[in-house]
Amino acid sequence: MRQIKRWMGTVGLAALTVVSAWAAAGKMMSVQVKDAQMRDKPSFIGKVVGSLAYGDRVEVQESQGAWARVSLPGGTAGWLHTSALTSQKIALSAGKDDAKVGASGDELALAGKGFNSDIEAQFKKTHKAIDFTWVDKMEKIKIPSLEIQTFLKDGGVVPKGGAQ
Amino acid sequence: MKPLVRQIINLLPAVLALVILPACQTMDAISEVGAAVGQGAGVLTPQQAQSVKKAGSAVGKTFDSITPEQEYYIGRTVGAVVINQYKPLANEEANHYLNVLGQTLAQFSDKPETFGGYHFLIMETEEINAFSAPGGLVFISRGMLKCCKSEDAVAAVLAHEIGHVEKQHGLQAIKKSRITSALTILAVESGKSLGGEDLAQLTEAFEGSIGDITSTMMNSGYARGFERQADQAAVTTLQRAGYDPRALVSMLTEMKKYLKPGGRDFAKTHPAPDDRIADVEKMIGAAAAVPAPVARQARFAQAVGKI
Repeated sequence: MRQIKRWMGTVGLAALTVVSAWAAAGKMMSVQVKDAQMRDKPSFIGKVVGSLAYGDRVEVQESQGAWARVSLPGGTAGWLHTSALTSQKIALSAGKDDAKVGASGDELALAGKGFNSDIEAQFKKTHKAIDFTWVDKMEKIKIPSLEIQTFLKDGGVVPKGGAQ
Repeated sequence: MKPLVRQIINLLPAVLALVILPACQTMDAISEVGAAVGQGAGVLTPQQAQSVKKAGSAVGKTFDSITPEQEYYIGRTVGAVVINQYKPLANEEANHYLNVLGQTLAQFSDKPETFGGYHFLIMETEEINAFSAPGGLVFISRGMLKCCKSEDAVAAVLAHEIGHVEKQHGLQAIKKSRITSALTILAVESGKSLGGEDLAQLTEAFEGSIGDITSTMMNSGYARGFERQADQAAVTTLQRAGYDPRALVSMLTEMKKYLKPGGRDFAKTHPAPDDRIADVEKMIGAAAAVPAPVARQARFAQAVGKI
């Protein structure tokens, strides 16, 4: 009897985990980073099979750990780390209807509103001594996946898990 | 006539005071009822009532209402302020090495993807310091690099900074009133570009937010709990990536030799290394030591050994 109870408890826990999975299959989600790469497996060592842009709506096909296999409606499917995704819709162009929803709406985020490039420009006007040249330079440094793989291998760094 | 946002901000307390609700009611519900009561009593026009509803919903919001895109813009300016205080080290090889190491580590963190990604830069100062701006711009001083005797030790410092980004500690330094004020402007204003006064007010909230973050990072330091969280995140990231988390202990031990009490660096903004070492050792527990091959030490020495 105790065995059965324990077994039932495990099943119950498993069911709960499935139900509460954040990136559940069939769910529509939005890309919340500037650009994201879809890969052919749930790992950063996977081959890039497609790119997604900020605000893109994707459907979650399946999830595995912190990764979700997503697809654009009628488009390519691929794996994306869930930190690139949000449940919110992201409205890319501000229109008159936005006022009804409000920028603090929990279901909708308005792209380009709030602290944005206009505010940065205002800040730069009044703080001329603060130079953004190096910030722009830093942002351009993007290490390709292949270089990261070589770096790990050459240094004898053997990953034990995680997002890879 | 005063702009709508100002009117709403001024009217908000009065209208909400019309409503008596149990304390457990959310701000949303209160502002909803407040707007209805205000309108019914003829205090508010329908347009103002609608705005009160939205402004009220901004009141209960905290740092997690800041979108990743806005976090990115906050981070850019925080980064620019850091660079303005410390000269960047224009050593391409060293900075490239730091970015390869840092971007590799970020992939093993709980938050590998941020709006603009993780980027790293060395600051040309003997001060022992490291900072991370919201969204993933990370800065490490030459003085701090000198405390690192191996690639694993540099990885430990970077993983700690990535931990602050992951847990959004920078954003949590922003005073709540600034977030409320920014969200109120956005909630009340339509989607069109902001007018003069609103733009000025939003810029003021932005400047204030930058000030809150940079003064916390550079002067007062994060709360002890945040440093512990960043250390815990670092241990996790290092273990997943395959680096030795004990390098965090070695780095802290080395740092202890150089920190001057009362200095304007890490000594001021971080808990004493001994306290952190004790905590980190508990986090690591009995995990097996990770060997570091000669090739790893050689590339570390080549890239940052002589800066």
